[in-house]
Amino acid sequence: MPTIDAVLDDFFWRALIGGLGVALVAGPLGCFVVWRRMAYFGDTLAHSALLGIALSFLISVPLNVGVIITCVVLAMALVLFSRTQALATDTLLGILAHSALAIGLVTLSFMPDVRVDLTGLLFGDLLAMSRYDLLWIYGGATLILVLLAVLWRGLLMSTIHEELARVEGIAVERLRLVLMLMFSLVIAVAMKIVGVLLITALLIIPAATARRLAHNPEIMVAMAVAFGFVAVTGGLSLSWHLDTPAGPSVVVTAFATFLLVYGAAGKARV
Amino acid sequence: MTEPLVTLDHLTVLFDERPVVDRVNLKVHRGDIITVIGPNGAGKTTLIKAILGIQKVSSGQVSLQKNLVIGYVPQHLTLEATLPLSVKRFMLLSGKPLAKCASALARTGVGHLLDASVHHLSGGEKQRLLLARALARKPDLLVLDEPAQGVDINGQAALYDLIRQLRDDLNCGVIMISHDLHLVMAATDKVICLNQHVCCSGTPADISHDPAFIETFGQPVAESLAVYHHHHNHRHDLHGNVVAGGQHGAHTGHEECDHAHH
Repeated sequence: MPTIDAVLDDFFWRALIGGLGVALVAGPLGCFVVWRRMAYFGDTLAHSALLGIALSFLISVPLNVGVIITCVVLAMALVLFSRTQALATDTLLGILAHSALAIGLVTLSFMPDVRVDLTGLLFGDLLAMSRYDLLWIYGGATLILVLLAVLWRGLLMSTIHEELARVEGIAVERLRLVLMLMFSLVIAVAMKIVGVLLITALLIIPAATARRLAHNPEIMVAMAVAFGFVAVTGGLSLSWHLDTPAGPSVVVTAFATFLLVYGAAGKARV
Repeated sequence: MTEPLVTLDHLTVLFDERPVVDRVNLKVHRGDIITVIGPNGAGKTTLIKAILGIQKVSSGQVSLQKNLVIGYVPQHLTLEATLPLSVKRFMLLSGKPLAKCASALARTGVGHLLDASVHHLSGGEKQRLLLARALARKPDLLVLDEPAQGVDINGQAALYDLIRQLRDDLNCGVIMISHDLHLVMAATDKVICLNQHVCCSGTPADISHDPAFIETFGQPVAESLAVYHHHHNHRHDLHGNVVAGGQHGAHTGHEECDHAHH
């Protein structure tokens, strides 16, 4: 029987434990991404994570902190820009997503003495999970789950009908900000496992799979978490046995589950 | 005279310097049913959003009675297909206990749909669900934005009838927007014809003769309404008399409805 310490010494177990922690919050947040049609928005934030990493090296702060700050600033900029309505939201997101990614890559190339594993950052790395990362993941996950539990009714109500929620005294704008902070946090911690290019997939595929079977929002969240667990466990095992990149393996597993559920559920409509 | 639930004092809302709602004065009392009519773009929705506190006011004032509970029935409940939601869950999100939610649903005639998915409801059932949702809050003021949209003609009459009954049960004030002129005229105490500013207001019978109303909606519409009201007044003679006695001002609306229901 291995002790906890021995388990944490094994990089595969560290990656798995970390991945499950990410799936735990990717489930509920992924549901909000799907319900609020924020998939492209999530992509934009995730792509800006690379810029956050470059900036962290520039001003020497921990990577996670740099990523969170960059995501939050970008999220706020998006909200402000989208209010002016000079450009359609998807155009704006398209511009910012790829520009943030490109600026991040260009900035990193200016720092030849900084050694970063670019492939690992973009597609996730099974070997990269440290004990310190686990601390970040479970700290972040705890914070997000507590926030979700406390703000659940307001978040759900403002997702269903924003004006009705406002009339009922729910601080819709403030909740949107909190939701963005949570996205930024989850991106910062999920980056190591699935990579910045594939984070959105881990958010929306399990949630979309759960939608097929769920009758109520809470059930959908629970199922999304379960499907996230399946994707992470299956994907990381695949990566371990076949030496495939971690992030894509997780996403492939999630997609296979999605196809299976939609195939098995047939045409019955929930 | 009781304190009004809502008082609008020269309420003005500007969009890019252009007045969408222009110096509107209005009082809503308990027991009033006030209907706002007007052409598209007349500022009807903006007006009620200002009352609801979700539209910034440019000048003038919206004063609500202290601790006023507002029940809002929005125009549509367009639910994202990806969001699974049962009627029961939607009602419980109001924060009220199940028993209250169930009785509100029963009151609006959709009690049997408690376990149904919101996605499977018809237009009329959705409106009744929204009404029940507002009702569960025990509102002092009911605000409805075109409550009968997407409801067939029989359903519309039943819905307006239900709104009247709820007004009686709750002794609340009602302010609503409507396009369905004929039904409105039959179910309302006071009509406000809005075209940025208030062109005319008064009892349904009065405003169908008002030159400003005729100018806004055209002679044929005004005549058809006047004819309609003739019928209505024959059946409710007292109602007609009281209406003719007091014009303009929400308080007369109050008295009138008392008479109408004795």
